[in-house]
Amino acid sequence: MNHLIRELEQSFLRKDFPDFRPGDTIRVHERILEGVEEGKERIQVFEGIVIKRDGGGSGETFTIRKLSSGIGVEKVFPAHSPRIAKIELVERGKARRARLYYLRKEALKNAN
Amino acid sequence: MALGILGQKAGMMTWFDPKGRAIAATVILAEPSVVTQIKTTETDGYNAIQLGHGKIKEKNITKPEKGHLNKAGAAPKRTLCEFSIENPSEYKPGQELSVSIFQEGELVHVSATSKGKGTMGVMRRHGFRGGDASHGSSKWHRRPGSIGNIRATGKTFKGWRMAGRMGNERATVQNLQVLKIIPEKNLLVIKGAVPGHNRAVIEIRKAG
Repeated sequence: MNHLIRELEQSFLRKDFPDFRPGDTIRVHERILEGVEEGKERIQVFEGIVIKRDGGGSGETFTIRKLSSGIGVEKVFPAHSPRIAKIELVERGKARRARLYYLRKEALKNAN
Repeated sequence: MALGILGQKAGMMTWFDPKGRAIAATVILAEPSVVTQIKTTETDGYNAIQLGHGKIKEKNITKPEKGHLNKAGAAPKRTLCEFSIENPSEYKPGQELSVSIFQEGELVHVSATSKGKGTMGVMRRHGFRGGDASHGSSKWHRRPGSIGNIRATGKTFKGWRMAGRMGNERATVQNLQVLKIIPEKNLLVIKGAVPGHNRAVIEIRKAG
C-alpha cells in the first residue's frame, strides 16, 4: 500500500528546485507570514552550506549551516514546503560524505 | 456511536495545508463497505447496521458465514463490524458505503487494535514516575512503589496497576480531522496518528 502514499506525495513535491547535495552552498528564500493578517508576508533569505538531506518523500528536510557574526547557525527546512519561495544554487561543493557534521567541530578548531 | 465505514491503514505522510504548514497525516484505504445486516429495536433490541469489508477467498469462510452474507447478497468478507445508528431503515442489505459519506474538514473517531508492545514496565504502561535517577537512589529507578499495606488490608487489591502486556487492545482516537477525500481511489487522509499497524483494519466513525 506504500505506492498509494507515494502517489499522494507527488502533488506536494517541489520539482522547481535545483538539485543540491550536502557540501553545496545554497540560498533559500523563505516566505514569512507577518502578523495575523492574511496575505502579509515577506521573504527571508538564508544562505549557507547544506549539511544533510534527511528522509524522503514529502517529509524530506535539509539542514543549512552558516556563520552568523562568528557563531554557527543551523536551520532545518522541509524540502518540499510551499513556504519556500525559491532556492538558488550558489556554489557546488565537494563532500565525501552525506552528513557533514564534522563542520561543527571544524568551526571550533578554527576559532582557537 | 454513529455511521462509519471500515478501512485499512496505509501509512503516514507529511501533508501541507493551504497555509503551508507541515502536518502529520494518516492515509487510509477504505474500499466500499457492504451493508450485510440491518438491526432494529423490534428484531434485535437495538438499532445498528452491520458492515462487511475486505476480500477473502470463498473457501476460507465458514458455511454459516456464507449463508449470512448470502442473505445480503454480499461477496465473502474478511471483517464484519456493527455501527449503531438511529435510523437503520434508511439502509438496505447489499448497499455499499464508501468514503463519500464523509466530508473534508469533518471530525471523525477512529478505532482499531493498537500495536502490541509486549511486556512493559509500569512507567511505560501506566505512566508511573519511577524513582529518582540520582541523588543516591539505589536500584529504584523504574519500580512501581508500594503495592499495598502489611496489616491494614494484608493484600494487594485486584486490578492494581502493574507491569505486563501492553497494547494489542482496542484503542480509539477521537476528533481527528478529515484532510482529504479521494473517492476514485477510496482514500481518506486524516490529520494525526491512528491506532494499529499499517494494513490494520480500522473503523472510521463520524464524530458526535
